[in-house]
Amino acid sequence: MKSFRPTVLSFFAVAAVLCAPPARAADSSADEIVKRSLESFYYAGNDMRARVSMKLINVQGKAREREMTMLRLNLGKSGDQRYYIYFHAPADVKGTSFLVWKYPGKESDRWIYVPALKLVKRIAADDKRSSFVGSDFTYEDVSGRNVEDETHTVMRKEDLGGRPTYVVESKPKTVIDYSRRLSWIDSERWLPLKEEYFDARNEPLRTFTADKVEQIGKYWTATVRSMKNLQSGHRSEVVFRETEFDVGIKQDIFTERYLRDAPAQWVR
Amino acid sequence: MSKGDRAARNSFLAGPLAAFMLASAPAATAAEGVAWNGFVQSHVAARTSGEHCPDGTECDFPSAELRGQLETEGKNTAGNAGFLGRFDLLRDFTLDDTRFVTRELYGDLRSEKLAARLGRQVITWGMGDLLFINDTFPKDQVALFTGQPQQYLKLGSDALKLNAYPGPNLELVIAGFRPDNTPTSRRFVLADPLPVGLPRRAEEPGSDPNELEISGRVSGYLANWELAGYVSRTHYRSPAWRVTGSEIVGTYPRLNTAGASLTGPIGAGVVSVEAGYYDSPQDRDGHDPSVENSQFRGLVGYSRQTWEDATLGLQLYGEWMRDYVAYRETLPAGFPVKDRLRKVATIRFTQFFAHQTVTFNLFAFVGLSEKDRYVIPSLRYAFSDNLWAEIGANLFGGKRSGMFGSLQDNSNVYLTVRYAF
Repeated sequence: MKSFRPTVLSFFAVAAVLCAPPARAADSSADEIVKRSLESFYYAGNDMRARVSMKLINVQGKAREREMTMLRLNLGKSGDQRYYIYFHAPADVKGTSFLVWKYPGKESDRWIYVPALKLVKRIAADDKRSSFVGSDFTYEDVSGRNVEDETHTVMRKEDLGGRPTYVVESKPKTVIDYSRRLSWIDSERWLPLKEEYFDARNEPLRTFTADKVEQIGKYWTATVRSMKNLQSGHRSEVVFRETEFDVGIKQDIFTERYLRDAPAQWVR
Repeated sequence: MSKGDRAARNSFLAGPLAAFMLASAPAATAAEGVAWNGFVQSHVAARTSGEHCPDGTECDFPSAELRGQLETEGKNTAGNAGFLGRFDLLRDFTLDDTRFVTRELYGDLRSEKLAARLGRQVITWGMGDLLFINDTFPKDQVALFTGQPQQYLKLGSDALKLNAYPGPNLELVIAGFRPDNTPTSRRFVLADPLPVGLPRRAEEPGSDPNELEISGRVSGYLANWELAGYVSRTHYRSPAWRVTGSEIVGTYPRLNTAGASLTGPIGAGVVSVEAGYYDSPQDRDGHDPSVENSQFRGLVGYSRQTWEDATLGLQLYGEWMRDYVAYRETLPAGFPVKDRLRKVATIRFTQFFAHQTVTFNLFAFVGLSEKDRYVIPSLRYAFSDNLWAEIGANLFGGKRSGMFGSLQDNSNVYLTVRYAF
């Protein structure tokens, strides 16, 4: 018996070592984890409506605020999406609205409506890394990126704030403002709970956190989110209120007609 | 146009408007309530040229004003009725005048497939950036030349606008005449080939139903490209001056237009194409020098992001005069000669800084035919969500015979400060 225990222990030890890489692979591949995370974060439901408050806070603590209604529709399995964003405040931009037709494989189409001129203008869309309305979020942070834009590696599994997560490292395939990011992805709800972006010198650049996660209907969603620029000290906090999924938003809402004339059923 | 005419025309719209507002207002105020917003703004443009101001011209400060705007808006819960009003109270120090201006005031009724808007409303059509082909609605060139915020570049039309959405978007606009706000010698130093000393009078089209302006647009998508077709039965909005005996009379000749536009993505940018035909029914053979000859107009534009938070836009624009020989034969001595094809290029560069609190913008018209230019640089800083200030300039230059070059004694710098609430 005495000689047996070490054998058994060593068997388990060997098995543990041998099985370690397959065990990790069996959990989920990195691409699969990121794909599920993008689906949970950007594609939940067939459609979504939310009233969104955004605070842009500079390093002195001075805040600017944006109040928006956001509508989203998924177009079947293609991954194509439509976004509609209407600004309620501040007063100077009230009534301004954005329309985005997003395609996974190519640049989005984007329009802005300027209410004072009753002007609809198509905007050059090659700016997914540009700031969304002056915030620390980029257009891509708002409407999502493609799994294939980055290469992904699972670094480890780790608890974060009491939630089990995969820590995934993602490196963009083309040179953009960040060289890599680390994501803490909830391994049960698939939402990213935290992301750290690093610049070309591998210095921390921005940090995303999902500060509050709630279940709304069938879907887990981050209702409070923030993005902090660690180099400038500027940060942006977003609160999603009145979030609803599968409410039956029709595709024709996402056209010039409603860009000019906000759909009262949804924008309130 | 006499005061009586104006009152008659206003009453033409006032009756239906009142009924329309009554129809849309009670429901509108019921559930959603009425929102009030507004701003106070100071705007001063100071001329940079040392050229002497002629007597009676306040050209040293073509614009110096304090303005308050109140905006009210409401709609009912169902969203099928609403209204909007924008009113300015303006102290104009240049003309020593205080004015109340109804910028917009309209009521809306809408259903799933139809919408109607009646009242004073701004309408913007077409693809051009500060260049207009199929948008024949009233504009304010004085606001442009003195650096007013962009919302003042268009004037409201007193109109009934009907929309139907059977698939494509059909829009029909029936409007009373409203002239452009064009530069006059009250604020600007203008080269004037007409005889000096004669009294001037502009006659606006009256309230005769024949003078109503009717414009139509059909627009739709072809995949992610947008196509639109336009027609207008309208008037030129700047006066055609004619010496008649002891006075100079300005009229607004009739104008018919038809055109089309197309916009969509090419490469990493957006391309826009627009063309139109301007038919001058009061001068079909081109022999009346006071009335614009018929012409084709076209533009091609391309804009794209240059780097983060920066956009570059370019446009090429051309006007091709139909009866050029007739024009040359009848052009009176002393008037600058236009090319048959007048070409203008524009460039716009916009860059945001500091989380979009700082905006640098540069717009330039370059007269390729007339060898003149008009450059508008500006820098805006938003102190907070409510308060912003902008400094900028309107710089005219080049040959004085050109449209922009003729304004070169009016180059100015401006400062706008706005507090919005």
